[in-house]
Amino acid sequence: MTAIDSHATPLADPHAPAHPPGGAGHGDGHLHSKYPFLAHHFESPAQQFDSGKLGMWIFLATEVLFFGALFALYAVMRFREPQVFAFASQYLDTIMGGVNTCVLILSSLTMALGVHFAQRSKTGPLLVCLILTFLGACGFLVIKYFEYTHKFHDNLKWGPAFYMPVAGEHGAAPAPHADTKLVEVPPASGTAAPEAVVSNVPSYKTPPVDASTIKAGSLGPIGITSPSTAGEAGEGTHGAAAGHGHGDVPHLYDPDLPVDTHQFFAIYYAMTGLHGIHVVIGMGLMVWLMVGTIRNRFNSNYYTPVDLVGLYWHIVDLIWIFLFPLFYLIS
Amino acid sequence: MTTLDATQGRLNIEASADNYLTHTRGVLSWILTLDHKRIGVMYLFAVLSSFFVGGVFALLVRTKLLWPDAVSWMTKEQYNQLFTLHGAVMVFLVIIPSIPAALGNFVLPIMLGAKDVAFPRLNLFSFWLWLAGAACVIASLLAGSFDTGWTFYTPYSTRTEFGGVVWVLTGVFILGFSSIFTGMNFIVTIHKLRPPGMTWFRMPLFLWAIYATALIQVLATPVLAITLSLLAIERMFHIGIFDPAMGGDPVLFQHFFWFYSHPAVYIMILPGMGIISEIIAVHSHRHIFGYRFIAFSSVAIAIFSFLVWGHHMFVSGQSSLMNTIFSAITFSVAIPSAIKVFNWLGTLYKGSISLTTPMLYGLSFLFLFTIGGLTGIHLGTLNVDIHLHDTYFVVAHFHYVMMGSALIAMIGGLHHWWPKMFGRMYSEFWGAIACGLVFVGFNVTFFTQFMLGSHGMPRRYYLYQPEYQIYHVISTLGAYTMAIGFFITAMYLIHSLFRGKLAPANPWGGRSLEWQCPSPPPHDNFPTTPRVGDCYDFSIVRWDEKEGGYIVDRTLDPELNPNAPKRSSH
Amino acid sequence: MSNHSIAPDTSHGHHSAVPGDKPLVGHLVPIGLLVANGTALLLLTVVTMALHYVDLGELNIVVALAVATLKATLVGLFFMHLRWDRPFNQLIFVGSVVFVALLIAFVTLDTRQYQSTIRPGNPKMVQDVLDADAPTAPITAKKGY
Repeated sequence: MTAIDSHATPLADPHAPAHPPGGAGHGDGHLHSKYPFLAHHFESPAQQFDSGKLGMWIFLATEVLFFGALFALYAVMRFREPQVFAFASQYLDTIMGGVNTCVLILSSLTMALGVHFAQRSKTGPLLVCLILTFLGACGFLVIKYFEYTHKFHDNLKWGPAFYMPVAGEHGAAPAPHADTKLVEVPPASGTAAPEAVVSNVPSYKTPPVDASTIKAGSLGPIGITSPSTAGEAGEGTHGAAAGHGHGDVPHLYDPDLPVDTHQFFAIYYAMTGLHGIHVVIGMGLMVWLMVGTIRNRFNSNYYTPVDLVGLYWHIVDLIWIFLFPLFYLIS
Repeated sequence: MTTLDATQGRLNIEASADNYLTHTRGVLSWILTLDHKRIGVMYLFAVLSSFFVGGVFALLVRTKLLWPDAVSWMTKEQYNQLFTLHGAVMVFLVIIPSIPAALGNFVLPIMLGAKDVAFPRLNLFSFWLWLAGAACVIASLLAGSFDTGWTFYTPYSTRTEFGGVVWVLTGVFILGFSSIFTGMNFIVTIHKLRPPGMTWFRMPLFLWAIYATALIQVLATPVLAITLSLLAIERMFHIGIFDPAMGGDPVLFQHFFWFYSHPAVYIMILPGMGIISEIIAVHSHRHIFGYRFIAFSSVAIAIFSFLVWGHHMFVSGQSSLMNTIFSAITFSVAIPSAIKVFNWLGTLYKGSISLTTPMLYGLSFLFLFTIGGLTGIHLGTLNVDIHLHDTYFVVAHFHYVMMGSALIAMIGGLHHWWPKMFGRMYSEFWGAIACGLVFVGFNVTFFTQFMLGSHGMPRRYYLYQPEYQIYHVISTLGAYTMAIGFFITAMYLIHSLFRGKLAPANPWGGRSLEWQCPSPPPHDNFPTTPRVGDCYDFSIVRWDEKEGGYIVDRTLDPELNPNAPKRSSH
Repeated sequence: MSNHSIAPDTSHGHHSAVPGDKPLVGHLVPIGLLVANGTALLLLTVVTMALHYVDLGELNIVVALAVATLKATLVGLFFMHLRWDRPFNQLIFVGSVVFVALLIAFVTLDTRQYQSTIRPGNPKMVQDVLDADAPTAPITAKKGY
């Protein structure tokens, strides 16, 4: 942990000359020849490292806000329709989610250890750590893949597809292209009455006035104040016993299915999907680091890429740490 | 003081044949360049081209409004597409990148005495992203265009039959990341690459403005990116987040959209304010008045900008509670904005003003921004806005701020730094004429629209009651006048590139570092990192006949030369 | 950042700060602390999952988010070295969270206010799909909720 030759850096002593006068500036100077990784516009490795780190933290701030909008969306929806979240979360496998959390935490640990070894110029252990982190990411995605395929099989999808019966059950086979038609020209879609476009402007079916049939959450500030909500939430857990992890109880025929449940899956896929994309990007970065490590590029003088990818990987972990209770731990 | 040339008292710079324009040659040396100056010039070219395209759209829109029945070659659908395209192109392709990415990229590292921005590759990458985003916008035209307005409000944007919506959303998403990376780069550059002697309160005010802008770019743009992605997904798959037909909430879309797009208004205006601080001080040859107030007000505006987005949504179904809160906070933005205006006026007072072309644009800015800002107070007032919302009053207001202020400042900055960028002087005569035409044309166009709006003419309509026609005719004639002004500007600037007088290093009498390196600057800007003094102390700037321009006599600055003669401060 | 590899230079080890440049830029966190941190995170995961099966009513979500925040803090402080990082980097991270909180607070405040103006019932496109594809599904009986 000795300091670099700081007297040669102009920042160390503002009254010392930056470089010998008349020096050509580009790639010259004693620090630049000493540290080939030092880019020409930086004065010292410390300045370069600091800049990289600050840049990465700013990028992480943008990541936080990127996901932040989705968290805001989640908050709005959950406040509005708690019964939807209580009902729909029964289709998520808490154990699988928990295992995935642990996998991601372990990969975060190996990444942090990797940075530690890079700081000490220990290339071998660094490579091992990177491989372990990469494997952790793979494991996470494999588990996620099983979760997704399971839900797809049960038609637990986004949008109108959520309301299609699961094929081969209950007789009512889905009309082949109804969904696509809806997607392309919603107002003129085949199944709706051939009304003029203008008459479709009210987006909801006009409700009958009988307020007593209205289920929780749709009226009142939020569902919490409505007495029927509490019962609803309780039944949701009860329903979980039947539906948990099995495809044989299609959600569509569950009498407790609340209105707007498809929104839960919209935001579930949006948030976990975006997170998954980040995991895939992280895997690419791991491969890049492994190549660099094999080429012996990182050492205690220069480990900026390892450090910055590490920060990225931790933020991916950190976001999952919030996604897990928000989706899998709803009771 | 090794950076001083003992005889001249100047930075030891030698104007030589080697400058950033001639350092390397060939198309590839531009496309793959990591030099912030070349990237800035490429941005400038790209932004000005987009400005031309967006301007043509605007002229077409105004032509339709001149006489809707007579201009029958433009259908109402085309009219809707044209005003949408005008808005989207001007906002996302022109104003947002114009000052930070084009002028900022060129000037910022030189002002800092740095060799480049902190991450040159990221800088180039963000320019490529800009190109990719622009390509997506063009693709959206081929895919059937879009008529949603630049705000993409749901449910219309999820329903409209024009096929270009997803393409343009992709384009804006990509442009957003271009903007984020530029902002990141500038924050890190300002934090880490400042030269010795340049403390935070020694920075030219343009840098403060760019810094505040970059903060907004970094914090607000991601929200727009995710919102537009969700909107595209909503349109393709009907996931039920924003579209009420699937149980979504369109007001929520507006919240997310304006969480970015209101701060984005300050992404547009803050760098303009930075340019004005430079122009006013340099061309008045007087120390900027109230430096710290201007600096802090930039940051204050950046922070306030995040707290007022709901004033765009007073009639959208937003609750009356939030309407009240947002209206109240909106007034607070007036404070830092007014602080700036008063400080600029204070700088002008008793300054020795040179009425150069940049200064003419600077004075125009003061006038137009004051009108734009004060009418903003009208619109921020809840009960007044209920009446004025979505009328031409709003159109006039934001054109006064976005065009009359941000773009005028950008063009002023372009004239201010043009000699530095290309090493040539343009015709001051034609510059003054063009500036006059733009100023008069602008006011004729948009002041009329204040009257139209307060009489009740709604925006985005291609037809109107006969009693509005006289206003529309006047407004359209003003737009043509402005177009002539911009055409003249383009002509004399292009002419100057080939025939202009060679520019001295410091044609205006500037004091900050960019005026102390040759015009155009060499590849590395400065051979050594220079020390800086007070960048608004013009007492050491003097005219040099041999040079044909001003020089900054560093021997007179007690901070740079301990033996300098004692003198009273400015 | 260049691609050159350089020989390990033991005499000039770590990037410590230039004098006058206050904190250390690259703090070396001991392996033991990292492993302890990882273990704590795993334990907290188990704890939060266990609490999931205990019915605390409204408190369940609060507890789950509190544990998540604690875990996130641990990740930030030790894995991401924030504990030893420059104050400005800490400020950026905390600041970004503050802005997210601002967005969430204003948006939820508003949507809760105008909640009562939203018409209940199946959205139109949902009802269309149900009518066409699953008329026997019980939810169709909830038409016009």
